Amino acid sequence: MTEFLNYLISGISLGSVYAIIALGYTMVYGIAKMLNFAHGDVIMVGGYVSFCAVFYLDLPGWLATILAIIVCTVLGVVIEGLAYKPLRQAGTLAVLITAIGVSYFLQNAAQLIWGTSTKSYASVMPGNLSLGGVTIPYISILTIAACLIIMVVLTQFINRSKLGKAMRACSEDKGAAQLMGIHVNRTISMTFAIGSALAAIAGVLLCSSYTTLNPTTGSMPGIKAFTAAVFGGIGSIPGAFLGGILLGVIESMAKAYLSSALANSIVFAVLIIVLLVRPAGLLGKYVPEKV
Amino acid sequence: MKNLLKKKTTRTDFLTYLGVIVVFVIMFALQQGDMLKNSTQGMLVPVCCFVVMAVSLNLTVGILGELSLGHAGFMSVGAFSGIIAAMSLEQTIPSDLARLIIAIVVGAICAAIAGFIVGVPVLRLQGDYLAIVTLAFGEIIKELINCLIVGYDENGLHVMFNLSGKLSVENLNMTENGVAIIKGAQGAVGVDKLATFPMGFVLVMLCLVIVLNLVRSRTGRAILSIRDNRIAAESVGINVTKYRLMAFVISAAMAGSAGALFGLNYSTLSSTRFDFNTSILVLVYVVLGGLGNIWGSIIAAVVLYVLPEALREFNDYRMLAYAVVLILVMLATNNERFKAAPSRVIPKRRKGAAVNG
Amino acid sequence: MAKKVFEKGKMVPVPSHSIIPERDLYKSPILECSHLGIDFGGLAAVKDFNITVGRTEIAGLIGPNGAGKTTVFNLLTKVYHPTRGTILVDGMDTAGKTPAQVNRMGIARTFQNIRLFNNLSVEDNVKIGLHNQTRYNALSGILRLPNYWKQEKMAHESAMELLSIFDMQDLAGHKAGSLPYGAQRRLEIVRALATNPSLLLLDEPAAGMNPSETVELMENIVKIRDTFHIAIMLIEHDMNLVMGICEGICVLNFGQIIAKGTAEEIQNNPVVIEAYLGKQKEG
Repeated sequence: MTEFLNYLISGISLGSVYAIIALGYTMVYGIAKMLNFAHGDVIMVGGYVSFCAVFYLDLPGWLATILAIIVCTVLGVVIEGLAYKPLRQAGTLAVLITAIGVSYFLQNAAQLIWGTSTKSYASVMPGNLSLGGVTIPYISILTIAACLIIMVVLTQFINRSKLGKAMRACSEDKGAAQLMGIHVNRTISMTFAIGSALAAIAGVLLCSSYTTLNPTTGSMPGIKAFTAAVFGGIGSIPGAFLGGILLGVIESMAKAYLSSALANSIVFAVLIIVLLVRPAGLLGKYVPEKV
Repeated sequence: MKNLLKKKTTRTDFLTYLGVIVVFVIMFALQQGDMLKNSTQGMLVPVCCFVVMAVSLNLTVGILGELSLGHAGFMSVGAFSGIIAAMSLEQTIPSDLARLIIAIVVGAICAAIAGFIVGVPVLRLQGDYLAIVTLAFGEIIKELINCLIVGYDENGLHVMFNLSGKLSVENLNMTENGVAIIKGAQGAVGVDKLATFPMGFVLVMLCLVIVLNLVRSRTGRAILSIRDNRIAAESVGINVTKYRLMAFVISAAMAGSAGALFGLNYSTLSSTRFDFNTSILVLVYVVLGGLGNIWGSIIAAVVLYVLPEALREFNDYRMLAYAVVLILVMLATNNERFKAAPSRVIPKRRKGAAVNG
Repeated sequence: MAKKVFEKGKMVPVPSHSIIPERDLYKSPILECSHLGIDFGGLAAVKDFNITVGRTEIAGLIGPNGAGKTTVFNLLTKVYHPTRGTILVDGMDTAGKTPAQVNRMGIARTFQNIRLFNNLSVEDNVKIGLHNQTRYNALSGILRLPNYWKQEKMAHESAMELLSIFDMQDLAGHKAGSLPYGAQRRLEIVRALATNPSLLLLDEPAAGMNPSETVELMENIVKIRDTFHIAIMLIEHDMNLVMGICEGICVLNFGQIIAKGTAEEIQNNPVVIEAYLGKQKEG
């Protein structure tokens, strides 16, 4: 039983990281209708920035996180402006390939700057909480709490704020939004900024849980989070949250009780089954083409 | 006008074949004359494999219009089934060429079966959802092969799934003459390097004939019509499911044949060689070469496969340079303002052929 | 007029509410819908739709915007699956059929928002329409067996012949997407005809055409009917076209048939006038 609880908590914690990344994916997809494959690498950059801040500058963990958020936000906006904005009118595939190019670029730049060797990352919040045989790392509690807070704040932001309204308008119909006086390009930039800030947070939390860091750290979690976003219904914020958590728990349970070698396969198999039953994900709306 | 267009397509096809043949003859002569550097020599077969991969993926992405992110999975199936076929027939069929051909056929058939199994559920979806499911299948195939342990002795093939991660070749209980073919995560070991450059050329030509003739036939038109407008295609009586599946399976089979050739070009091969990044690599060839443009795919595959090798002297910076080139080319070919500039790196693209749903 | 059917005790029980022209009366109808209906989210978009279309009839389906006309076409071609009712095409039930199967049963259509294969040539568009008329499999196509050449030659000839209806042979090599609007509408009709239908559904064929083009279109619709001996059912807002060529007209409002009859009957029907113009105030 305690063993099960341990796996469950580590699953929820992992799922929370996926959820935070997936939120970024889903927001960008919702508004720019593009699969931003470079998102996972922004996570990696966030990890490295906070690593350097702690390791070389001796900054406290929270300050390192803020620094990572700032760097990644700027990075996200720059990437969007340089690589994606000129392709606003181009087909989805052209944007996809560009995103892949950006992903290669970030990975190789990181490799040049920080080397290929794996760095050992000091958790921003070390230690465990023992609760009647169940040991919960503090970082798991922090991750879950961060995920919940982000989820609530983001939902409120999207639903209440002016910028949030602009984002929703752009994701429905960019042309109409522009006619209503919404600055579409600026709104998309802001979406990338928010998504990248979330990626930075996810990067710090992810590296703290796994305590390792290398230039490809972000790719697999990036793909998994993307899966989570699709799983929950891409474009839907509660969907990304639900998808992330479920994916984390499934992965953790599969690793523990079924087969560690096939854990990812089990996650992907569940995704496939869900999509076959609900073609637009758990919370996504399926809109058939109008004839 | 009509004759002009028809002639133009025939001429393009003809030039495509001709170009491939000329390049092959030159390279083959250089190879026979021992005038190639070792590194170039080593690239001949893989380049052929990736040309076939690009042509076959173009069938799915450019001609059928569905984004597939798991094409390397089919290559993987072809590679490992081809290796198993070639190695287990070592005693029965001494001829290397015969075994190579058998391996390619087996690889193609196994990949076609995998394509069918994957295609039936996947093709119920559309657009980005379809893409993510192909990605998922690609990863599943990779992990499944990672668990595979296969050996061969006089009693036949021994196959085992290493789900717990604790099994090894010893658990196959082979006789002492037994040969391990695939050792789980280590992949295939001690593979006979049967692959030859002429065979690669034959495979490329074969795939070209299949794809180009298919496109100019009734079947190909049906597939193209689904890409352009699925609802209209249905309204004129085209069985959309059938033709989507057919294109997907043919594409998978060709990827499998390329995989078999590729697998038999190395003495060891691990399933992680065919991961998501490989699928993406091939997709890049297809998109840069132009969707639906077969000779574009060939050139893109050759150039982009050779380019990172040619940049080897810049060592650390070469992948960075590759990434920058990739982004710049995408911007140059897809942005109106960039297009006006003389930086026409890529041949004329079929406008609007992008997969917009 | 329809009552004659029963008086003479003919072989086919054409329902009394039908408006079939005289020459089709003793033949079984090409299309029979009874109590057809569909709900979208609990709301009935079309309900109790009954219609019979004769073998060589030109029928009109009219009604104000949002009346459910295109929805009826979508039901007939199985783009939507009806919630209630049956559709018989040439006496055969279309329940459970796919749009492609319904096309093979004999219904072809055009679309309100043109749906051509824009990146393909005009000729290829028509050849795709001929898909089920050409018979060779993928393998003969890849190997270019004699059958391939024979069938392709036939397809080319039929395509040119069909294009000649609208004098479009010269455009055969152009990309369909690059054609002017009117030509695209005509190409859609040619493509539909290529599937060898017995009932052709035209969704606003004259939309965006100028008066002289419309007159030409009217002549062509009649010509198509007379050449191919098929039934044509059309949705149109241009009343000159509808009143000019439709033998039977069916008026739809809020998903329900409010009137059926000849052009004259419809023009004088107070319910129809009210649906189009609103209720006239006294005085």
